Amino acid sequence: MIVPLSWLKEYVDIDIQPQELEGKLFSSGFEVEELTEVGKDISKVVVGLVETCEAIPDTHLHLCQVDAGEHGKFQICCGADNVKAGGKYPVALVGATVYATARDHKTVEGVMTIKKGKMRGYESQGMLCSGVELGVSENMYPGAGYNGLLVLPEDAPVGADVKPLLGLDDWLFDIAITANRPDCQSIWGIAREVAAILEKPLKMPALDYTETDVEKEGFTVTVDAPDLCPRYVAHYVYDVKIGESPAWMKRRLALVGLDAISNVVDITNYIMKELGQPMHAFDDSYLEGNAIHVRRADDGEKIVTLDSQEYTLNTSNLVICDGVKPVALAGVMGGLNSEIREDTTAVMFESAKFARDNIRRTARALGKRSDASARYEKGVDEYATEMAIRRALHLIEELGCGKVSRTHRDVNTGNSIEPKELKVSIDRVNKCLGITVPDEDILRIMKNLQFAPEINGDELKLQIPAYREDMESYQDVAEEVIRMYGYDKLTPTFLKSAEVTTGGLNLMQRTELKLKRALCAAGLYEGMHYSFFSPSDLDMLKYPEDAKERKAIRIMNPINEELSLMRTTLAAQMIHAIGRNQKRGTLQGRLFEVGNIFIPEELPLTEYPDERTTLCVAIFGEEESFFTLKGIAENVADTLCLNFTYERAQKTFLHPYQTASVICNGETVGYLGKLAYDIKNDEGMRTDAYIMEIDLKTISQWYGKKPVFEPLPKFQEEKRDIALVMDKKVTCGEVEAVICEACKYVKQITLFDVYEGEQIPADKKSMAFTVVFTPKEEAFTSESVDGFVKKILKQLNRKYGIEMRS
Amino acid sequence: MQELNGLNDNIAVLKQEILDGAEKLGSSKELYEFKKTYVDGKNGKVNQLMKEMRNIPADQKAAYGKSVNELKSWAQEFLGGLDEKMKKMELEKRYEAEQVDISMPAVKKIPGNLHPITQMRNQLIDVFAGMGFEIYEGSEVETDYYNFTALNTPQDHPARDMQDTFYLSPEFLLRTQTSAGQIHVMENRKPPIKILSPGKVFRSDDDATHSPMFSQMEGLVVDKGITLCDLQGMLDEFVKKIYGEGTRTRLRPSYFPFTEPSVEVDCSCFECGGKGCKLCKGTGWIEVLGAGVVNKKVLENCGIDSDVYSGFAFGIGIERTAMLKYGINNIKMLFESDLRVLKQLND
Repeated sequence: MIVPLSWLKEYVDIDIQPQELEGKLFSSGFEVEELTEVGKDISKVVVGLVETCEAIPDTHLHLCQVDAGEHGKFQICCGADNVKAGGKYPVALVGATVYATARDHKTVEGVMTIKKGKMRGYESQGMLCSGVELGVSENMYPGAGYNGLLVLPEDAPVGADVKPLLGLDDWLFDIAITANRPDCQSIWGIAREVAAILEKPLKMPALDYTETDVEKEGFTVTVDAPDLCPRYVAHYVYDVKIGESPAWMKRRLALVGLDAISNVVDITNYIMKELGQPMHAFDDSYLEGNAIHVRRADDGEKIVTLDSQEYTLNTSNLVICDGVKPVALAGVMGGLNSEIREDTTAVMFESAKFARDNIRRTARALGKRSDASARYEKGVDEYATEMAIRRALHLIEELGCGKVSRTHRDVNTGNSIEPKELKVSIDRVNKCLGITVPDEDILRIMKNLQFAPEINGDELKLQIPAYREDMESYQDVAEEVIRMYGYDKLTPTFLKSAEVTTGGLNLMQRTELKLKRALCAAGLYEGMHYSFFSPSDLDMLKYPEDAKERKAIRIMNPINEELSLMRTTLAAQMIHAIGRNQKRGTLQGRLFEVGNIFIPEELPLTEYPDERTTLCVAIFGEEESFFTLKGIAENVADTLCLNFTYERAQKTFLHPYQTASVICNGETVGYLGKLAYDIKNDEGMRTDAYIMEIDLKTISQWYGKKPVFEPLPKFQEEKRDIALVMDKKVTCGEVEAVICEACKYVKQITLFDVYEGEQIPADKKSMAFTVVFTPKEEAFTSESVDGFVKKILKQLNRKYGIEMRS
Repeated sequence: MQELNGLNDNIAVLKQEILDGAEKLGSSKELYEFKKTYVDGKNGKVNQLMKEMRNIPADQKAAYGKSVNELKSWAQEFLGGLDEKMKKMELEKRYEAEQVDISMPAVKKIPGNLHPITQMRNQLIDVFAGMGFEIYEGSEVETDYYNFTALNTPQDHPARDMQDTFYLSPEFLLRTQTSAGQIHVMENRKPPIKILSPGKVFRSDDDATHSPMFSQMEGLVVDKGITLCDLQGMLDEFVKKIYGEGTRTRLRPSYFPFTEPSVEVDCSCFECGGKGCKLCKGTGWIEVLGAGVVNKKVLENCGIDSDVYSGFAFGIGIERTAMLKYGINNIKMLFESDLRVLKQLND
């Protein structure tokens, strides 16, 4: 929120520098996001008196002799059409900084430093300035909007700095207000805090006005939705003369970023900024039925707002109606049908409090936000409703733009917050903080915050104004105390009264980390992707309509369609990641992610979905193959002391002949395979990629398995190399299974060669294995091992017709 | 006699032959063969001389035998020494031949690394596990109750505007803060409670500094007599361990619905030590986390007696901490799995 220092000073005497005030606000909970001097870019610009002014022939220029008082007299060429002898204008001296403008003299293009120059052969020692060049708009200073020189008053002291004169020495505090302090969403609210911080008196805004005898006979206000509108105040003003607001008001509105519109509208905007209460003014001549009704909209009811947009409403929206029709969308924007116009002669002022969540929902649902709705959403100060109407009526009188009638309607639906008494134990306040704040400091702080404190023994009794809805318990008091007393007065302690606890990772967390570290050791890098993905990702993976992966949870309000589904697989984002890497020139790499997939029991959700922690591995590049990926799967199994087996499988997005399921303890726990070539091409990959997903949630049931120590063999192990010839369709796994089964002493089988070619029949292949036999009861003789081999060969032959290779 | 002399001459000749022959030897392999010819084996030339014994008169047999033995031991010693010399020379030659250009690139097996967020998370866990914190990972999908209501943020509470929430249904949402996990723990456990809750959180925000998904780590302590001073003491320890011994903290008032008093915690800038630099935007301080004394309403919502117990909670943005540490300026970079990025971020 923007707070001009000059406006703040109307309510508090501020005798410290803006930077010091910034620091004090910061340490009491009001972060100043930006502190800027209004004229921060303007320097060395003073009041100049043009003594002589002669037209330079054949040009639009004038050659002026300018008196700049103590700074000297200068010859300046000026192109403005309103320069004349005897006039006073801002003169930028040599070395001054002002805004540079485009050829139109209106668009600011940066800051420039004034140098001595020559125009058409005439020396020019400075520049006479326009409003734009000084960053001063018409609203900030009357006449500054003219496309020519800014004319200064005749009594402006020659040679004086123009910044105070034009209000450029003012400062703007952009203050972040935390959500618990809606009462500080106004200049007045901040002034109240500043007064407490600086321990200065707070001056009230003027609220006095005089009512005439005029009464708007029979006018009624009714509130049919009291839960949505705790309070509604209306006051009738007549003899209204719509016109321009005075310079001071226009200037203040300009400082906080609002355009002046007309006196009556400006008053409502001014009060919203000053007191934080949104107000509305209806043109009374367009209100029918001599009544205001506050009610829920009918389903399908329509309203056209001030900005000529039409909205279709429903019963969750609150509308302000006259006796016949809706005339405003409550708390959001007024209706076009009752807008203040140049010929408006009577006005009905509205100052109301609306339920903040309802305003928020309406603003969101209709996609319509205004300054008023933003204020209401944050919560409007309880006192402001009444104070605002009085302030408005005061300003009507002060500006002389209308007469205040006797017609005042105040509907309080009983939902208002009343000032309350709060009693807390001082001991508990101190125990919450961990230090003992002296009673007199507590009293002083509470008094400064206008809580009217009294201390009786350990009891602190406070009168909480209704605008401090946040004050409810000793904890709130503790915060008020410490923010004013100073956080630097805390003495750090280290849980001196807490019990010792043991901490650290549990088995699940430890195992996951161990797994991640093992993958890193195998050359993989951990990646991380969003928990949501795109419906098109499921299309990319070619999942059929009835695939379980398609049953994904939809986000009701996604950022966009690409981030609209809770992911049901990690593969899609991983494939995109490979594509991105390859497009950026990384053609070889290994990645993994451990993340959740989200499996709903039912859609829409009726219970927590199953969040399944899943591992996804992706490798790509010339050096990778199905078997390097399988090696990583084996790494995973080894790390977890598990045993994986593999079965040929099919996946819609993988190579039909290079895909397998991963099986652990009889359960399918994942898949691995080569990425299908069409997806590879669509994703712009140049090298092949291999993907694996493993359901860690399933295998986590077996976490914590310890490797069992097997005593070292007492007798020498024996090794035999066996080269076999078999049909091409026989698999390595099948051969290994037979070998294993054939002899109980087989400990290890390692394939070391595969051959197809001239030396064996064309429909055959050769596979050579090293088989290790481990003796148990007694040492092997060479004959006994030969016997094992014979038995193995016999079984292989019987089952698959496999022969020993000659 | 003459025969004997002739035989004795043979000894001398053989000795000379060995001496001459040895000079021509070029390798230990040749030497091996040479030794076989002369000394080693039954048929070695020296042993052959011994076979002449039968032709020696009995009275001279002893002298002859002695001379042959002398020759033999001389030859063994001589050739043995030569062998040693030759092997040494050959080894030197082999080493020389195997000289490498040590400036050529190393052959290494390159391990990958953990994601910077995992690394940061592990560091934080290390610090707090040592202080007795257990690690609790809540779920990413939460209910409105656990994410907001139980944390003292009812439906119309202004704090709900501070975070735009992704809803999955009117009841279920993606948690906007790891604080949601606090409630589950407090509902199921009795104090003393010390938990650290790391995890992914979600807010509807998407630009260079905001990602719709990011990671937080929430810490919670509930026990008897816990104070704001304890919070500061613990955070002092924490920043020293993460950012270095000299790091100081500063608390300033803030607002979170579930803590009261609430504070923002700044630490002295670890880049400039507090003098003011680009990183800390000249202020000397860097905002590192939000914290506060647990609001008694939150304790009560979980059935914990706020007259007996009190606590504090803090929440750290992990990406922010990692980004500060590694000097990353775009949060999106952390979620792109760009290997050029990941390879650099190894700590």
